[in-house]
Amino acid sequence: MKKELRSPVAQRPMNVDDPVSKTGIGAQISVELNGVNLKVDIGKSILDVCRENNVYIPTLCYHEDLCIAGNCRMCMVEVEGMRTLQAACAFPITSPLKIKTFSDKVRKARKHMADLLLSEHYGECYSCVRNNNCELQTIARECGVDSYEFGHICEPRFEIDKSSAAVIRDMDKCILCRRCVRTCIDLQEVGVLEAINRGYDTKISTFMDKPLADVICINCGQCINRCPTGALHANDPSDEIWKAIEDPSKHVVMQTAPSPRAAIGEEFGLPAGTSMTGQLNTAIKRMGFDMVFDTDFSADLTIMEEGTELLSRLKKVIVDKDKSVKLPQFTSCSPGWVKFIEHFYPERLEYLSTAKSPQQMFGAVIKTFYAQESGIEPKDIVTVALMPCAAKKFECNRPEMNSSGYKDVDYGLTTREMAKMIREAGLKLPDLPKTNFDEPFGDASGAGLIFGATGGVMEAALRTVYELVTGRPVPFEGLNIDVCRGMKGIKEAKIKLENCKDEFSYLEGVELKFIVAHGTANANHVMKMLIRGELEGYHFVEIMACPGGCIGGGGQPIPTSELIRKLRARAIYAEESTMPVRKSHENPRIKYIYNKFLTDGPGGKLSHKLLHTKYVKRGKYIL
Amino acid sequence: MNNSSKINRSGPVLFSEYEKGSSVKKALEMDRQDILFEMKDSGLKGRGGAGYPVSTKWMLTAAANAVQKFIICNADEGEPGTFKDRVLLLEYPWLVFEGMIIAGYTAGAKNGIVYLRAEYSYLQEFLEDYIDKLRKENLLGKNICGKDLEFDIKIILGAGAYVCGEETALIESLEGHRGEPRNRPPYPVNTGYLGFPTSVNNVETLASVPHIIMKGSKWYRKFGTENSSGSKLISVSGDCKYPGVYEVSWGTTLKEILELTGAENTKAMQIGGASGVCLPVSEFHRTLAYEDIATGGSVMIFNKDRSMLEVLKNFMKFFVEESCGQCTPCRIGNVRLLEGVEMIENKNYKPEYIDKLKDLGRTMQIASKCGLGQTSPNPFLSILENFKDEIFSKN
Repeated sequence: MKKELRSPVAQRPMNVDDPVSKTGIGAQISVELNGVNLKVDIGKSILDVCRENNVYIPTLCYHEDLCIAGNCRMCMVEVEGMRTLQAACAFPITSPLKIKTFSDKVRKARKHMADLLLSEHYGECYSCVRNNNCELQTIARECGVDSYEFGHICEPRFEIDKSSAAVIRDMDKCILCRRCVRTCIDLQEVGVLEAINRGYDTKISTFMDKPLADVICINCGQCINRCPTGALHANDPSDEIWKAIEDPSKHVVMQTAPSPRAAIGEEFGLPAGTSMTGQLNTAIKRMGFDMVFDTDFSADLTIMEEGTELLSRLKKVIVDKDKSVKLPQFTSCSPGWVKFIEHFYPERLEYLSTAKSPQQMFGAVIKTFYAQESGIEPKDIVTVALMPCAAKKFECNRPEMNSSGYKDVDYGLTTREMAKMIREAGLKLPDLPKTNFDEPFGDASGAGLIFGATGGVMEAALRTVYELVTGRPVPFEGLNIDVCRGMKGIKEAKIKLENCKDEFSYLEGVELKFIVAHGTANANHVMKMLIRGELEGYHFVEIMACPGGCIGGGGQPIPTSELIRKLRARAIYAEESTMPVRKSHENPRIKYIYNKFLTDGPGGKLSHKLLHTKYVKRGKYIL
Repeated sequence: MNNSSKINRSGPVLFSEYEKGSSVKKALEMDRQDILFEMKDSGLKGRGGAGYPVSTKWMLTAAANAVQKFIICNADEGEPGTFKDRVLLLEYPWLVFEGMIIAGYTAGAKNGIVYLRAEYSYLQEFLEDYIDKLRKENLLGKNICGKDLEFDIKIILGAGAYVCGEETALIESLEGHRGEPRNRPPYPVNTGYLGFPTSVNNVETLASVPHIIMKGSKWYRKFGTENSSGSKLISVSGDCKYPGVYEVSWGTTLKEILELTGAENTKAMQIGGASGVCLPVSEFHRTLAYEDIATGGSVMIFNKDRSMLEVLKNFMKFFVEESCGQCTPCRIGNVRLLEGVEMIENKNYKPEYIDKLKDLGRTMQIASKCGLGQTSPNPFLSILENFKDEIFSKN
């Protein structure tokens, strides 16, 4: 599937055809890099060649997830025979070259670029959320900046846009690298951010310069993950959370999603893919949270509800021939994706599962079932959700998310903000002992854990649905449904239902066809397939708004890259494979809650009241 | 030449005798390769200012393998002080259009686009009528002159950005995007309009083509210098008696231009518009030529009453305004240079800081993404250098 880019050609690299043979004449080119002779594949950029050969070149506008812009001019190198310096990121090698990456000219030019960017970069590092993790700061150090050569802007030029529940835009810190623009339009195909005006007046803006809350932003926060500076950051509720912790009348409950645990170690200097589940629980309890629960529990709950909904849809379509019931059923646990479909495909909301996301389900359960069990008034319970996600902040503030009579989830906290709070509390996360999750929800199943990676929901759902229908576990070795895993943008597979149990005889011989997509650009592609009628015969579609799924979420540690996302996913799968319970329906706490509280079963009346929701036809029109 | 013409001097090359339509007919009898050879022998270089050999551009476009190719006439005449393309389009449109047809035939393109400067929108109707006329005369459309050649021209208006004279920004603008230059490579001859091979040529370049086809490269080479063949249209403005468009041979000295235009008490000449160089009296012996002072055709004359610092400030304001804002050196660098000029103006500057800015200017020349940023420090560097006595003694 060739992806069609929507970004202007100005921001794309040159397309060099693959040589017929990788070893044939012309496939390899001689390059002299800082006096060292190399053979490189034709079409590779100078930057790639440098990185492969351990020659460091500073970059700002370059991001490996994005198309090439070549506008920051940080990565300039000298190419013999060319009058001007060349941007290494945008220069494909198609003929023999002599390249110098740190000549006098180059070093001077780079320092000039850093000086110029700093002259327009308002604010000081120590008052910035990205202090110590800022690419501009790094560049300034690497270029040897020791003073503001060309002055420094003293007054802010812009007002900070705090309108959005998820993303805050401080354009005074923006260096116009346009990574956010490319992220929004290309990686996510949302396109709310674009450069407006010209020259010195250029700024990144929205449609008609409206606040972010009023445009069709899906709050995925991918722009935050790729912003090199502090111009974009998430809306941080940690002050209010601290306040709640200090308040003796409040019972503060934390639920933690699987992805932050696989990534938060990066904030404390650990390599990507170091699981911190137990240490994180300790930190949370030591910080004064009354309870820490595992969102995996409600992920299991989601599987029960969503799986039941799928089976009921299948029955309505196959047995009742009900034309009003839509298939395939799309997952609804990614709030970025939910807002995406509400804006871009409002006429197709019926395809979306009505199940709430695990975060919201847990919120509702805590303020009803848990309140009942523990004898605490729901009004005194504050629920905080540690999520890898920026869109969760918007989701928990949706007005319909209060089925318990109270706000299901009071605060959505990102991995980065959690790390900040842990630092504020003076805890050294990697050195803490491990603690388990609190009862009554305790440890969940592995199926809930793998929700964190793209394909995880599908895998978890298949494990449960297949077994419910046939009475046997899914026919994959070690329950690992590998077709669901991996970073391919759109994954498709099918699984045949045979020897079904009597109550599911209508599914006998049905080939369950499903699709897994991550990143809203791929989601968009799937929706176009749906509109063209190409999803006829498909039953279930998992969509995650963020590339890589939740592990690549907009609230995760910065930086991000495909490698980092893969490592985080690997940590999740590794942890899962050792878990005693790996199917949602076998989670004893799930059985308990359906026996004790949601007594009319998955998809029952109470479930529908507490665990399901409805959607808003938002459309793309902005008033 | 009638009295209403805007051309002050019609030289012997571009304005030599020419029968409308004849060059297309002749070119269609020729082999495409022979046309390329003829163009190569003529030594015709791009007249927009960059001076890229036309034959090479056409050859690369012709050699590119694609289902579609485009010939674009760059009529976004935006360099301050140039107005010769307007005159050509208004008074000699056939030369431009026939040049495009020949380019299309040579490069294998079926589509021609004239990217017309927004400020020239009043020309659009006239040009479209003319294109209609050419269609009726079977010089455009299908089976041109009864041959198996298809070529048509449409006019698309710019939106008023100076940077869109840069060929890749022009193409972005044509595609409906922000007018911002692309990364090069790839060059338009390989990946141009809509991703197809595209040859972007200046109005004057295209207007020279029919003459070369009709009269041959040898004839063309008789004019100009060894490395700069033919003639150049210059737009003269400023402190002179007879401002206007002149056709001069390459190799003409600045002094000759001053005589021609009746300029007196001249202190400085800005050659090549805002992005060109500013020369003092001591340099007036120099010549217009690709090997000496290359120019897109703008000549501004400043007499003794002018303040060079004011001239410089004006240019820098222009660049601050017209930078597309994409790359760092041009977007911020020009603002810093303008601030430097204002510091000098307010007599509130440190000489070391001005030197730092000059250094920055030299970086901008090699670090900017496109020609705009690469040339925008030129006036800053040349005026501060060539008129330092005047500027720094007064301030």
